[in-house]
Amino acid sequence: MGTFFHRNRGLTPYLLLLPGVLWLSLFFLVPLGFLGYQSLQSGIYPNFEFTWEFSNFSDAFSNYHEQLFRSFLYAGIATAVCLVLAYPLVYWIAFRAGPWRNLFLLAIVAPFFVTYLVRTLAWLNILADQGPVVELLRDIHVLGEDGRLLATTFAVVSGIAYNFFPFMALPIYVSLEQIDERMLEAAKDLYASSTQAFLRVTLPLSAPGIVAGTLLTFIPAAGDFINAALLGTPKQSMVGNVIQAKFLESLDYPTAASLSFILMGIILVGLLVYARVVGAERLTG
Amino acid sequence: MTALAEPARSSRLGLGSRAWRFAKLHALTVYALAVVVYLMLPIAVVILFSFNAPKGRFNYVWQGFTLDNWVNWNSILGIQDAVVTSLEVGLLATVVATVLGTLIAMAIVRHHFVGRSTTNLIVFLPMSTPEIVLGASLLTLFLNTTAVFQLGFVTIFIAHVMFIVSFVVVTVKARLIGFDRHLEEAAMDLGANELTTFRKVTLPLIAPAMLAASLLGFALSIDDFVITYLNSGSTQTFPIFVWGAARVSVPPQINVVASAIFLIAIALALGNVFWEYRSARRTQGAT
Repeated sequence: MGTFFHRNRGLTPYLLLLPGVLWLSLFFLVPLGFLGYQSLQSGIYPNFEFTWEFSNFSDAFSNYHEQLFRSFLYAGIATAVCLVLAYPLVYWIAFRAGPWRNLFLLAIVAPFFVTYLVRTLAWLNILADQGPVVELLRDIHVLGEDGRLLATTFAVVSGIAYNFFPFMALPIYVSLEQIDERMLEAAKDLYASSTQAFLRVTLPLSAPGIVAGTLLTFIPAAGDFINAALLGTPKQSMVGNVIQAKFLESLDYPTAASLSFILMGIILVGLLVYARVVGAERLTG
Repeated sequence: MTALAEPARSSRLGLGSRAWRFAKLHALTVYALAVVVYLMLPIAVVILFSFNAPKGRFNYVWQGFTLDNWVNWNSILGIQDAVVTSLEVGLLATVVATVLGTLIAMAIVRHHFVGRSTTNLIVFLPMSTPEIVLGASLLTLFLNTTAVFQLGFVTIFIAHVMFIVSFVVVTVKARLIGFDRHLEEAAMDLGANELTTFRKVTLPLIAPAMLAASLLGFALSIDDFVITYLNSGSTQTFPIFVWGAARVSVPPQINVVASAIFLIAIALALGNVFWEYRSARRTQGAT
């Protein structure tokens, strides 16, 4: 065995790769091909036929551009909310929490330990019409007499922000933690105020974390449909809701497949533009 | 530094700026703790409502305290099977994905070969694809090959391995990069062959990373809804059960199961935090 590896050193990496890459090819790449194949079919369930039906794409886009737009809008707002909430928190953890660091990091990932659907349902409890939050908001007249939080855009967007928060927080934390504190001391020695030191040393050094965090938050958020389904109404429905319903309820596979491709295409194009703007090396680390 | 140069001026200014800094520090602390409360709130609600005695079919308003839900957690039809399926899929998929992912990570970090960047891309792509697209494309594969694949346990397992592998690769890769190759070279110099070296030196050193990767993988697996939902047919995992329930009635037993999963996971994680804390103190004490 040993001599085999020695004699075939060039072969070793391929043998190591074989099972995993085969799995990813068969169940990730090949399915993408099938998705493409399905997206160009026409007909009605269960009699679909491959006819290069490119009109599926234009039809899907013109029928569901609203949901598509909403997906990216909601994902964008939720990503911004996550950034505003996460940055100060992880900054505090990295530089001020001392021995409690790990405990607070655990608090960031703790929501992940509660089943996704159940933690989303918990927002139903919190935002419930008879719940304390709504009552308080009604009392101080932020909400009207019968104003609601549930079944609103607010509920859906805050649900998305809550669910993907750790994806934003953890990469920023990692980049902040790697900052050599002597750099900050040097900035202070050179008479930088703490604001200047933050803006010109800390913030640029944590930029890779922000870039990774926004991507890791935005991409899954754009494809999400659970928050819209549980906390919203059809008025808040996102592209994920449409894809899911077309596949499992109306059995309109070609439309569902072409919508999936449109979603992925927009994300890939966005990713490339983003990579251009921030520099590709920051994306892949 | 300024304090040394101009002691008189800085003591007065220092007081003002120190007060300002103090306020700023606390503003940050207050903000950070408020965000932590926001993160904990739904968790507290989930646990609290596992003790609720709801009057109707929905468990959204607090009615009264009871332990019945915990005692009779499996009294709801289908919930126990769903939990068992989730655990089975999670364990199986995690073991397979950890092995596959570790092998890929070793190839990428240890070897230079033609197709290395393509491999990196194949690993990176599933992580940057929305779950709905991953699930949808797998579903079209299974729908078009019904002779081979019937939706159910096997297709869920296949899907879970697929999306866990990339996370394993990333986790183990990070560990392998900071790995001292001299240890392996030393073993080989002492006459160990590649397999013995792997078994006695490499494996023990990357075992913590593999463990971390498999814990992450298991967590991803039992939590996954979107991909599973599209590819499960009539088989139910726990999240699928919750989805079905959310449309008709949400029994508090759902909160019981979710709370139990949470408490077990948090106990493991807390144990790890304290263990690291203690070993850090011990090494500090030694020096």
